[in-house]
Amino acid sequence: MDDFIAARSQMALSLGFHIIFSCIGMVMPFFMAVSHYKWLKTNDEVYKNLTKAWSKGVAIFFATGAVSGTMLSFELGLLWPKFMDHAGPIFGMPFSLEGTAFFIEAIALGFFLYGWNKLNKWFHWFTGMVVGVSGLASGILVVAANAWMNSPAGFDFVNGQYLNIDPIQAMFNKAWFSQALHMCLAAFTATGFAVAGVHALMILRNRNAAFHLKAFKIAAIFACIGALLQPLSGDISAKDVAKRQPAKLAAMEALYKTEKPAPLLIGGIVNEKDKTVKGAIKIPGALSFLAHGDFKAEVKGLDQIPENEHPPVAITHYAFQIMVGIGTLLLLVALIYFFILFKKKPLTEKRWLLKLFVFAIPLGYLALEAGWVVTEVGRQPWIIYGIMRTKDAVTPMPGIAYSFYIFSAIYVSLSIIVTFLLYRQIKMVPVLYNKPATNN
Amino acid sequence: MEYVVITFLCMAILLYFLLGGADFGAGIIELFTSTKNRSRTRKTMYQAIGPVWEANHMWLIIAIVILFVGFPHIYTTMSVYLHIPLAIMLIGIIARGTAFVFRHYDAVKDDMQWLYNRIFRYSSFVTALFLGIIAGSLISGHIDIQATDFYTAYISGWLNWFSIAVGFFTVALCGFLAAIYLIGETNEYHDKRRFIKKAEFMNIAAVVFGAMVFIAAQRDKIPLIDWVFKSNVGLSAIVLASLSLVLLWYLLIKGKTKVLRILAGFQVTMILLAISYAHFPNFIRLKSGNAISLLETAGPEKTIYSLGLALLLGSVLILPFLGYLFYKFQKKEE
Ligand code: HDD
Ligand code: HEM
Ligand code: HEM
Repeated sequence: MDDFIAARSQMALSLGFHIIFSCIGMVMPFFMAVSHYKWLKTNDEVYKNLTKAWSKGVAIFFATGAVSGTMLSFELGLLWPKFMDHAGPIFGMPFSLEGTAFFIEAIALGFFLYGWNKLNKWFHWFTGMVVGVSGLASGILVVAANAWMNSPAGFDFVNGQYLNIDPIQAMFNKAWFSQALHMCLAAFTATGFAVAGVHALMILRNRNAAFHLKAFKIAAIFACIGALLQPLSGDISAKDVAKRQPAKLAAMEALYKTEKPAPLLIGGIVNEKDKTVKGAIKIPGALSFLAHGDFKAEVKGLDQIPENEHPPVAITHYAFQIMVGIGTLLLLVALIYFFILFKKKPLTEKRWLLKLFVFAIPLGYLALEAGWVVTEVGRQPWIIYGIMRTKDAVTPMPGIAYSFYIFSAIYVSLSIIVTFLLYRQIKMVPVLYNKPATNN
Repeated sequence: MEYVVITFLCMAILLYFLLGGADFGAGIIELFTSTKNRSRTRKTMYQAIGPVWEANHMWLIIAIVILFVGFPHIYTTMSVYLHIPLAIMLIGIIARGTAFVFRHYDAVKDDMQWLYNRIFRYSSFVTALFLGIIAGSLISGHIDIQATDFYTAYISGWLNWFSIAVGFFTVALCGFLAAIYLIGETNEYHDKRRFIKKAEFMNIAAVVFGAMVFIAAQRDKIPLIDWVFKSNVGLSAIVLASLSLVLLWYLLIKGKTKVLRILAGFQVTMILLAISYAHFPNFIRLKSGNAISLLETAGPEKTIYSLGLALLLGSVLILPFLGYLFYKFQKKEE
């Protein structure tokens, strides 16, 4: 394996791994806080058990998220030293604030996990909230750093020199808002559907239905609200990309030729050599609308961009299709769920609905990973858009391929162990919390 | 502001050595505990470091972030020329962090525990060893940024007698810190005796490896003796460390725990001070005889300014809570 490809793969793998855990760490505290709040209000033991059961899951994820995050902060240097040499002082601001946020999060988590029966109960609840809020804040901050790579700001680039550096301006670059909003919603959607689905499965298997039903309801409501808002925020993102990174937008839609009005392609096989797309469904004018809010607008194609600045089209296009496809699907699930809630039908009788949620377990995360592939691969060949090429940033050390193999092996084994642990946690629910159901 | 940032950097590194070190040490102690006492050691350890271990590791992250934001040149030089030991240390951090949590949160306690324990112990050892090796390499003057062959550029910078001696010295110090910390965390007489024994053992190991560091420095022509004995600060730090050693043994025998902790922390701080003061603000010594200095390679002014502000703000927010966390979970429920 080529060292450059190995470095990119290792970065992608590490981030793709970290993002799963960090999203759970960002979102689960809010679920816990709701359940915890209900316990404090209603004194229903089931909610207390639920909070505790979830908090154990979160502790497992938090640790894995924290170590994989530590990895990342080293990997930025280990793999991309020339990038960090220049970028560090410019886009470092969000990272240093993020440090504060993480720190608060870690401390609050310590209080929360070990504070049962030791702290004032509302203070204890509050520490749980702090975990969630600071987790979310750190997510927004890192994404602002990533947004800077897409939309560099806060410095003047003169003859290869980075002058007049202003880290605050760099943090509030043009892309930060649309990306951070979309990312936060994605975290709620993905985690919500995954958690709701697991509990739906348990209800279907008739294990501790009272416990799992309460869990399901909390997670599902977060998931469905997220899924409802996601396409709206995705539309904001798309318009943003059209303005700041036309090459990425063209790659997302495999638009090889500039068109006016431009059609939206659904599916299709991309042939990068002939620059053609076969078998796609075309919706006339829709891309013009998506990108510029006007069905007749012109959309820049790859023909207007120098060949050596083209991102890989096929991957970007497929990933975008996956994200949008899943987004639409989850939107439908959410609508159905709200309809049923509105009708006040008991959920346990709607087994098909629960099955739908079980089916949706991996979907949110698939969309999330696909979305990041769009953003990152669509930025290629740049590591800092328009300023520095990725291949100029890679470490001079040879043999990165071995490092990639080792870290892949580690990530694979960690994933297996975490899955195994969660499986056991869930399996043990009846043993640990088997109180006769007090209501239902 | 530069000095604010540098102070935070030094503080983060120091705290990581002390707190994170005690954390690694816990695993190292477990490694050197006879099988029949292991589960008791583990239990005490879990109570002791469970609530705070996550916070301990934040110091490493803070240090790294300060480096890459404020001193990118140092960060990138380290990550290019010390790539291999850094990667090994990272693997150690991953392995021990996850094993520690997994063994506690696995809902079923069965044979898997055996695996988690193994991983936790060995990776604690490896992490501390490589942390020391990296620290040693930075000052050893073996890093060669003009190297043209793989071995000189990426291996000999850290694979040398001095770095390895510092590595083992670090392992012993971590074990020592952990043992001292654990003494105060148990109320049971036999456990206390055991941890005291461990502390004594680790202390002797530290002195032995400390001597080896000096020998290796002589062999590798590193002016360690000059740094320590020819500067007033270095000399007084070493004298204070030795004095506190005597006091420490006395208190150990008496079993006074609270003072012990402070003293042990003080001692390690003095050792770090003695080694690093003489070549401050140089952070990396290079083979060519030059050095990369904190002051000369600091990032642009505005960056340093906002970084310093962020750190000050952060510490106002964080320190009270952190203090409360330690306080709250130190008191034992009798
Ligand atoms: C649950 C996950 C999820 C779902 C359902 C969607 N997305 Fe998304 N999308 C993400 C998760 C995501 C992400 C992983 O969070 C990304 C990567 C970078 C970012 O800011 O968000 C992303 C990026 C991203 C980008 C690139 C932004 C950039 O490079 O700055 C666009 C244009 C869209 N999305 C558009 C959409 C549209 C039109 C959707 C319609 C349904 C949609 N997304 C659903
Ligand atoms: C703050 C957040 C992030 C930063 C600073 C960041 C930085 C980087 C860097 C330095 C690279 C290597 C250069 C390149 O190939 O472009 C990269 C590549 C990549 N990253 Fe990100 N990234 C971030 C977020 C993410 C997340 C959350 C994901 C996904 C889950 C992700 C997915 C990828 C992928 C797939 C690549 C490989 C691109 C390719 O091979 O073409 N990134 N990123
Ligand atoms: C280059 C990219 C990234 C770096 C260097 C990085 C760094 C880190 C570090 C050092 C930690 C450990 C903190 C701790 O000990 O608590 C961490 C955890 C975390 N990261 Fe990242 N991160 C990156 C990308 C992201 C992205 C894209 C997100 C989210 C959108 C994110 C969200 C989080 C969260 C929420 C945690 C807390 C862990 C948990 O609660 O499980 N990170 N990250």
